[in-house]
Amino acid sequence: MENVVMEVKDFSFVYPGAEKPSLKKITLPVEENKITAMIGPSGCGKSTLLRSMNRIHDLYPGNTYEGEINLYHRDGTKENILKLKKENDFIRLRQEVGMIFQKPTPFPMSIFDNVAYGLRLAGIKNKSELQDRVEAALKGAAIWKETKDRLGESALGMSGGQQQRLCIARAVALKPRVLLFDEPTSALDPISTGAIEELISELKSEVSVVIVTHNMQQASRLSDYTAFMYLGELIEYDKTETIFLNPSEKLTEDYITGRFG
Amino acid sequence: MNRLMLNKTILILSTLAAVIGVGFLFWILITLSYKGIMAIHWTTFTHDLVEGGIRNLLVGQFTMAILASVIAVPVGMMAGIYLREYGHGSKLAAVIRNLSDVMMSAPSIVIGVFVFAILVDPFGGYNGFAGIAALAIMMIPIIISTTDNMLGLVPQELREAGIALGGSKHKIILQVVIKAAKVGIMTGILLSFARIIGETAPLLFTSANNQFFTMNLTEQFPSLTVSIYNLATYPDAPSRDLAWAASFILTVIVLIINLFGRFVVRNKK
Repeated sequence: MENVVMEVKDFSFVYPGAEKPSLKKITLPVEENKITAMIGPSGCGKSTLLRSMNRIHDLYPGNTYEGEINLYHRDGTKENILKLKKENDFIRLRQEVGMIFQKPTPFPMSIFDNVAYGLRLAGIKNKSELQDRVEAALKGAAIWKETKDRLGESALGMSGGQQQRLCIARAVALKPRVLLFDEPTSALDPISTGAIEELISELKSEVSVVIVTHNMQQASRLSDYTAFMYLGELIEYDKTETIFLNPSEKLTEDYITGRFG
Repeated sequence: MNRLMLNKTILILSTLAAVIGVGFLFWILITLSYKGIMAIHWTTFTHDLVEGGIRNLLVGQFTMAILASVIAVPVGMMAGIYLREYGHGSKLAAVIRNLSDVMMSAPSIVIGVFVFAILVDPFGGYNGFAGIAALAIMMIPIIISTTDNMLGLVPQELREAGIALGGSKHKIILQVVIKAAKVGIMTGILLSFARIIGETAPLLFTSANNQFFTMNLTEQFPSLTVSIYNLATYPDAPSRDLAWAASFILTVIVLIINLFGRFVVRNKK
């Protein structure tokens, strides 16, 4: 388990008021500096699982968790994030485990302030440090060239693809250990999608990535590992190559070849 | 044939109805402008009511409306934030939202009577504070409703994105969500200000009126709208002319605030 950054163990999840659990006893590792894709038909629970990994679900009260989701810190210690209760702990967790959403979510402020926002939340006040880290993040998200002359302009004036890369820059700026992507390209055109995919594969030298996608080509192009989920259960998890070329489960093969879903 | 006839009849009837409606509006505006402009003199703005001008009335009306906004805007906004961001889905929030909507359509004279009972009667007389309180009570539900609705238009993803960056809920609300809803909330504040600046009933027996210039809120306070009400009932021509002038000026003020509100929306969206 040396190269695992997060590990989901016997994890079950029930939405408030729901009779059946949306996730049943999921066990899944997240390898360090690799891209893990989660695929499966709508309603299979892949987004629910992703959103459990930084406890963003806790915005809405009443969820029931069971099992463990462990985060391995840089110093090697292990922490079960399902045990976190205090707001400060959540904040610490989310600085370690960032998230990118389906629709770009630029804040109504300047490009610079968007990227600096998370850093300021993290308590960085020094101006030159802020400037350096914003620049590094924008470079890291391959959007520096387009933005360096308009850092003071509103982020809302950018195109959808640029906005999404800005959101990635914003998350990268915090130097997280893990980045969670929730269908990050499904609201974008093919060219922007290509740019985002390229960016994600470049990012893995610095962070570990978990990506939920509806697009199977995207999963096969991008990821190192793939998890196939169906009706709240993890059907199969393996190297992406194996999943796509030689799946061991009949269900996985049927889904990948487009027989359902 | 029959269908064509019916179509024509309805077209004619609805056009006629529109003409009648707009006709009255123009009748009012033209009469008001004609009589108002004829009655305005530069001394109208430089003299107080006691000398046949409306200077003290304008200052008094704006003082009360602005101070009412100083109370109503923060209270209304905070209540709106509670309803949308914290109490969403809770029973208490649903009750408060309903009560606030009821308050919004409460007859303004009722609010006047209520404030009379708690701020005029026990303190031995009409006073400016009572007028401010009455106007603030009118304004709060409007601000609550606008804030609530405008925050509702902010996509949930924006809140989640803020939380995912390591923000606490209150910081995200104050620094991101409110900013995203800023234009709508500001417009709502402007429109509710335009609404209360023209109110008479809540002031009639709270602040009443004052012929002299005063900034002392513990005594009767000058009001443009109450003066119009009084002046219009006087038999003498100068008083009536002043009522026309004051009405015209009030209309122009309300119109400008409304237009400004629309202008802000158009430019920011």
